[in-house]
Amino acid sequence: MPLVDHANGHTKKSPHVLMALVENKPGVLTRVASLFRRRGFNIESLTVGRTDNPAISRMTIVVDANKTNAAMVANNLFKLVNVIDVRDVTAEPTVSRDLALIKVKADAQKLFEINQMVDIYKAKVVDICPESVIIEVTGPEAKIESMIKMLEPYGILEMVRTGLVAMVRGSGYFSGLPPMDDNGNNGHHDDNGTGMAIYEA
Amino acid sequence: MKRTGAQIVWESLLQEGVEVVFGYPGGAIMPVYDALLDYPQIHHVLVRHEENAAFAAGGYARASGRVGVCMATSGPGATNLVTGLADAMLDSVPVVAITGQVASYLVGSDAFQETDVTGVTLPVTKHNYLVKDIGELPQVMKEAFYIARSGRPGPVLVDICKDVQFASTDFDYAAIKVRLPGYQPRLRGADEQIRRAADLINASRRPVILAGHGIILSGAHEELRELAERGNIPISTTLLGIGSIPESHPLNLRMMGMHGEAWTNHAIQSADLLIALGMRFDDRVTGNLASYAKNADVIHVDIDPAEINKNVVTDVGIVGDAKAVLGQLLPLVEYRDRTEWFAQIAEWQAEAKARDILAKQDDSLHVPFVLSELQRQIGGQQVTVVTDVGQHQMWTAQYYRTERKNGLLTSGGLGAMGFGIPTAIGASFARPDDEIWVIVGDGGFQMSIPELATIMQERRPIKIAVMRNGYLGMVRQWQELIHGHRYSEVSITSPDLMKIAAAYGMMGLRAETKAEVAEVIAEARSHGGPVLLDFVVEQEVNVYPMVAPGKALNEMWRRPMREREPVASA
Repeated sequence: MPLVDHANGHTKKSPHVLMALVENKPGVLTRVASLFRRRGFNIESLTVGRTDNPAISRMTIVVDANKTNAAMVANNLFKLVNVIDVRDVTAEPTVSRDLALIKVKADAQKLFEINQMVDIYKAKVVDICPESVIIEVTGPEAKIESMIKMLEPYGILEMVRTGLVAMVRGSGYFSGLPPMDDNGNNGHHDDNGTGMAIYEA
Repeated sequence: MKRTGAQIVWESLLQEGVEVVFGYPGGAIMPVYDALLDYPQIHHVLVRHEENAAFAAGGYARASGRVGVCMATSGPGATNLVTGLADAMLDSVPVVAITGQVASYLVGSDAFQETDVTGVTLPVTKHNYLVKDIGELPQVMKEAFYIARSGRPGPVLVDICKDVQFASTDFDYAAIKVRLPGYQPRLRGADEQIRRAADLINASRRPVILAGHGIILSGAHEELRELAERGNIPISTTLLGIGSIPESHPLNLRMMGMHGEAWTNHAIQSADLLIALGMRFDDRVTGNLASYAKNADVIHVDIDPAEINKNVVTDVGIVGDAKAVLGQLLPLVEYRDRTEWFAQIAEWQAEAKARDILAKQDDSLHVPFVLSELQRQIGGQQVTVVTDVGQHQMWTAQYYRTERKNGLLTSGGLGAMGFGIPTAIGASFARPDDEIWVIVGDGGFQMSIPELATIMQERRPIKIAVMRNGYLGMVRQWQELIHGHRYSEVSITSPDLMKIAAAYGMMGLRAETKAEVAEVIAEARSHGGPVLLDFVVEQEVNVYPMVAPGKALNEMWRRPMREREPVASA
């Protein structure tokens, strides 16, 4: 039976946030993207960036659990040789941030109103010209969605978003490689039955 | 010691214990082929098409349990490997493919015979490498073999730039440490899950073991038999699970699925517990998922965590190697008397016997007759049977009942026509003491005719039984049953197979009637060299039972008691 029920009329999104540590090698992003394509995984957003360890990059992947089974995404990612670790942090307390640059139509009259809104959202005006402004806003996705909605009446000319990055609160860590033993094992697999590693500081 | 890239390839293969390589030379792999002359310990088999090098390497791996190796040049050589790699990928067969690539400074320039081979093979390999720097090559070779054979096995491709093959570096294979932080296959099952599985097994009244390729890959044959005997539990096998337990074992219900035995499919649908071991609930095995084994709890043991809960919701998922997990589980399993369950199964079996095509009394020659005669003559002898893909493949699964451990090699997941003959070539190197038979249709045979030359050049005493019905039989069967008898491009002619045999210098034998079958099989078996057998069989015979696509596993089309239109039976 399909693990994702398409027939039950879900309209509300159910975002799942996955974090993945991957080896910083050529072609790794292709492997991840190719996996999503061939398994038919629907990805809401994907961000990749460096970590404190130059050998490791970190991905934050958001999937809509109504369309794509997040556990399948995690398990298949984990199968890729270059993927060091995967963790679904949806149920955990996390700090998550998205950054948007929004270019809005703004004559001198509207600028005052827009500035007020920018203050309320703790956003920034990062460029200004006679007909428009560029606003930079950072925060959880909901906040950005909300600001976009408020700006729409003014006329959004252009927008770009980075996609979500996330980090679990508390002293546990998900970064870098544990030291290896002589057999090349880093021994970070616990017996939690998920096939996934969780290590704490 | 300093070694060139080309030498490092062969030195690595030697260190990995490779004795035979299937390949085809070309421009971008020439330094490696040049170096081959200095490594007489390794036997190279020159195939006639690179696709067959990949199939043969898979055949070697399937028959030996060790890594099979194939080799090709860049561009067309490498792209020709793709079908064989896809086959190895879907059936979890350990293969290392080595391909030449244009010089590293030409990569990306559309140079002569340049193809993005790591890109092309990405979805059909477990992992792949493009080596542009000689310093990486020794490490890559070691990792490739390790990844191919460990965990859930699969094909790994190593694409080596031509300038890397010429360049030199220090080489000490034994000193290389495999460091793959993201690749740590889990072997042992979690103890809590093992306990829960044992509780379900001991409490079950109508359990069925579903044994898949994972039993064979992990060498868990003994543990499988012990689980069945200790718990008094019937076993059904997937197509690739055939050979994990002797077909004559009293607890073996034989193959499940689309063309599985009716009693097996009924047993699965009526079960209260499925114990799935190293199998992946392929759609050919389950039929319609919504109606699949509705009253059964499911224990699923697989080394690949991505298989658990993929198709069937699992009650107890155990990630681990089948042999290791069964070793943990066995001490906890207790004998249960399941008289009622076995009586029910016996009833289904008796009903099926009356529908068996072998019970039909007439003179027409059909494939099940040939296979049951082959089976009768072979008995428990050391014989490996390789099939191609199609009707004859399903009939082989049904009527050739192998007693030999891993005695049947077949293309399961990919269903690749043209698989049989090259796979048999590979298997013949892995099992030099086995008599090797290929069962192939007239379609698949004509995809593989060029390899008859390889068989002769390599003096492989392979017996090739062509089931010639003049149709692409399985497609024809679907067109008959599902597309309203509208035959579209399924009629196929063949050259005179006796002349083909003569042209290649091998013995040719033909049987057109039932009376001739026993004699030609016996003659082929007593001949020391390769034989091409031409069985001229009935044109339009269907494989039954058949679960139509989208139907529940117990809703099979059955062979009628008397010949008439197929009827659905619940």
